[in-house]
Amino acid sequence: MSSVSQAIDAHEHHEHHDTGKNTLFGFWLYLMTDCLLFASVFATYAVLYMNTAGGVSGHDIFELDYVAVETAALLLSSITYGFAMIAAHKQNRSATLGWLSITFVLGAIFIGMEVNEFHHLIANGNGPSRSAFLSSFFALVGMHGLHVTAGLIWMAVMMVEVAKRGLGNRTITRLGCLSMFWHFLDVIWICVFTVVYLLGVV
Amino acid sequence: MSDLSHSTHDDGHGSVKSYLIGFVLSVILTVIPFWAVMSSQFSKPATIVLVVVFAVVQIIVHLKYFLHLDFTPTGKENTIAFLFSALIIGLVVGLSIWILYSANALMMYM
Repeated sequence: MSSVSQAIDAHEHHEHHDTGKNTLFGFWLYLMTDCLLFASVFATYAVLYMNTAGGVSGHDIFELDYVAVETAALLLSSITYGFAMIAAHKQNRSATLGWLSITFVLGAIFIGMEVNEFHHLIANGNGPSRSAFLSSFFALVGMHGLHVTAGLIWMAVMMVEVAKRGLGNRTITRLGCLSMFWHFLDVIWICVFTVVYLLGVV
Repeated sequence: MSDLSHSTHDDGHGSVKSYLIGFVLSVILTVIPFWAVMSSQFSKPATIVLVVVFAVVQIIVHLKYFLHLDFTPTGKENTIAFLFSALIIGLVVGLSIWILYSANALMMYM
């Protein structure tokens, strides 16, 4: 490595112990506001879920074994992302990329299953316009799904960045933000499968 | 913020062990409520309580082992921000449900 790039590295390193931490904290604050957004949609769902307008209720349309597989995919993706972070901190580029790819595939399985569920519901005439229950169901579960999709796009971008630029401090900070985002979405999913699916079927 | 001297990448990020502990706990805390609902093992009120309690515990497990919230000087800021959000969420969700269910109960047959 030339002395110039070493100097740049040292500079980035120095800079990043200051701003990296602030970036992570700032991103955490964003996630907390996202939490409030989800909370209001959860409140909407809790208020509207009984208003089925003579149509189907959660009891009729939720398949728990299907949801259990979705949950397993998302939970596994949480720990594989954790391993990607650990590999990144050890500066192990290929392991980071490997774990990120596995995480991406698991996230894609989750989204694929969710899209399939939505398609199935809409094809059977239980689309979001059928009743207030279904509107709030699609809004809540769909919003979580859109977040996961955004996370997948972000993850794809990060994989390109890691592959091309390696694991500099700036890249690690970005991976750290995505880590919080991804684990946060798993926490939201706990609330979704509990409030919507489990309590909907009980 | 002034820890330039040593590379403290490890703190606040967890180890393989802590991720595995979090994962195993999460699996247990997910499987039991799914099993309780799918097998209709318990009465309805008991199942509801069980499902909600397990969800709350699992959220705490995730916050601790995956999001690394704690009360150390480095993790404190995030934890306090979270606790404040949790308070607001409690107000938004709890009060919305209380108000609207009361309104429903007063205005129509349920």
